[in-house]
Amino acid sequence: MAKNKIILYALILAFTFVAPFAFPNFGTQLATLWLMITVALTWDMTGGQMGYNSLGNIFFYGTGMYVAALISIGMVYDVGDYTNAAGGGIYKFTDAQYFGGLFLGIIGAGLFCSVTAVVIGYLTFGLRGPYFAIGTLGVAIAAGELVSNWDWVGGGQGIALPVYPGDLDTGKIFFYFLFAAVGVSVFIFVKWLYGTRFGAAINAIRDDEEKADAMGIHTLRYKLYTWAMAAFFVGIAGGISAFQLIHFEPLESAYQTINLGIFMVVCVLLGGKGTLWGPVVGAILFHLFKEITWNYLLGWQWVALGALIVVTVVYFQDGVMGWLMHKRPEWFGIRVEKKVAEAAE
Amino acid sequence: MTPIIEVRDVSKSFGGVVANQDVSMTVNSGTITGLIGPNGSGKTTLFNSIVGYHPIDAGSIRFEGEEISRLPVQQIARRGLLRTFQQTRIYGAMNGVENMLISLPHRKMSIWDALKTYTREDYEKADHLLEFVGLYEKRMLKSGDLSFGQQKLLEFAMALMNEPTCLLLDEPTAGINPTLINGLIDRLKRANTEFGITLFVIEHNMRVIMNMAETIYCLAHGELLAQGTPDEIQSDQRVIDAYLGAH
Repeated sequence: MAKNKIILYALILAFTFVAPFAFPNFGTQLATLWLMITVALTWDMTGGQMGYNSLGNIFFYGTGMYVAALISIGMVYDVGDYTNAAGGGIYKFTDAQYFGGLFLGIIGAGLFCSVTAVVIGYLTFGLRGPYFAIGTLGVAIAAGELVSNWDWVGGGQGIALPVYPGDLDTGKIFFYFLFAAVGVSVFIFVKWLYGTRFGAAINAIRDDEEKADAMGIHTLRYKLYTWAMAAFFVGIAGGISAFQLIHFEPLESAYQTINLGIFMVVCVLLGGKGTLWGPVVGAILFHLFKEITWNYLLGWQWVALGALIVVTVVYFQDGVMGWLMHKRPEWFGIRVEKKVAEAAE
Repeated sequence: MTPIIEVRDVSKSFGGVVANQDVSMTVNSGTITGLIGPNGSGKTTLFNSIVGYHPIDAGSIRFEGEEISRLPVQQIARRGLLRTFQQTRIYGAMNGVENMLISLPHRKMSIWDALKTYTREDYEKADHLLEFVGLYEKRMLKSGDLSFGQQKLLEFAMALMNEPTCLLLDEPTAGINPTLINGLIDRLKRANTEFGITLFVIEHNMRVIMNMAETIYCLAHGELLAQGTPDEIQSDQRVIDAYLGAH
């Protein structure tokens, strides 16, 4: 069993490295797939494992974009002047400035989003169920509107970042590996986290928060930390997206509540909430579905997406992993066990 | 006899309904104390007040000498005063062992401790207590799929896992098959003698409570009706009237 797992992980890792070279025409789609996996895994940290369905995680994606962009620009030029020129001025970045800004920018984005998650969490974690979902959605929508009226950060026009200093294909592979690195890191991180006492505590909050309170678990503390960790990775992913997209604006690409903000939830529902592999499987299936319908059913793509959501929510609530767990419980260690040691006593 | 819980003149109303009126009682350390009364007499409300579930309107509640009536539920639980629920509450999506592990005491657990995995001792302790309540064989099943009685036993084992100094049990034998009740009485007594846990028990089954408790309090209409040893309570005419509805 353990050996099979190692082989499986090795194969996935090998595919991760080979994919952009084997399918050079799909570089951007593959990068987006890793972005989907990242946001789905992080959404599941609160939504699946802790029972807090946030519709506002896209806030950290958008905020990550802005923070990363502002840090990288601010290190070299005056931000107000830069955004005022709206990409029209002559603002050169050396390679060192570009990569230095990129790395510091995405790390800063992650840290900033963690801190905001604690602040917003402190205000919204008193809400339960649908109220929490709507409350967090409100935060994301409000942030988009505020930023689009804030001229210093480019207002509704958004920000144009410098282009990758190399040829275009290398740039695509570079961003692919950045996203892949974040996706793999998130997976390893949550796999470890769910095995700790911390993981058990957030599961307890999901199953019965009042009981968890009554047992003395520091529920608010765990909720804040979990969201801060999720926000850290989403912020980083947003930061990378900012550089990959080159130009982004607040409502459609940064705080895109109805696109990525909903997609991440659909990925998790499709794959199976509250499981380690569910978000990954769901992200892959969803991304395939989306690419296929967006290419071959153009004009009807949103209808197809809506149908997918309805079918998943009504007929397939447990997702792929939940269905497997139901069909093959022994794969997941659900069994009646006699005590072997009893005879020895 | 040192008092561990001291309830003094506690009143609690919900709108116009007076659930507790000037209730006073004392639970002594290391004993088993019973709380009885007809349905709707305010027993569970008093439990909820003691563990900080809702604020009280007047009075004072002390645990180990410290005033706790203004503290939130979690902080009281971390002081070692724990309760089980009348409508059993367990973590349904987890199996028995996971339910036990998450119930390890959090009172000294820092965030760094929380990032560790469970140790071999934790698992052994969980298995031992599951064995103690007779759920060892079913420990890998999703606990939401267990029967109500089994969930009740699991909840009791979880409470023991938390190493409380005092445990408030809300109808521990309700819904449990009569042949298992004797086993449960025995386990409750052993929890008291072997683990040294003070028990404060709400119970409708007179045979059970008369068998276990050293002191019994009886509530009726939110007020304290009588108190005394099982024999005194059994022969108290007011208690008999309250239970027969003549009060």
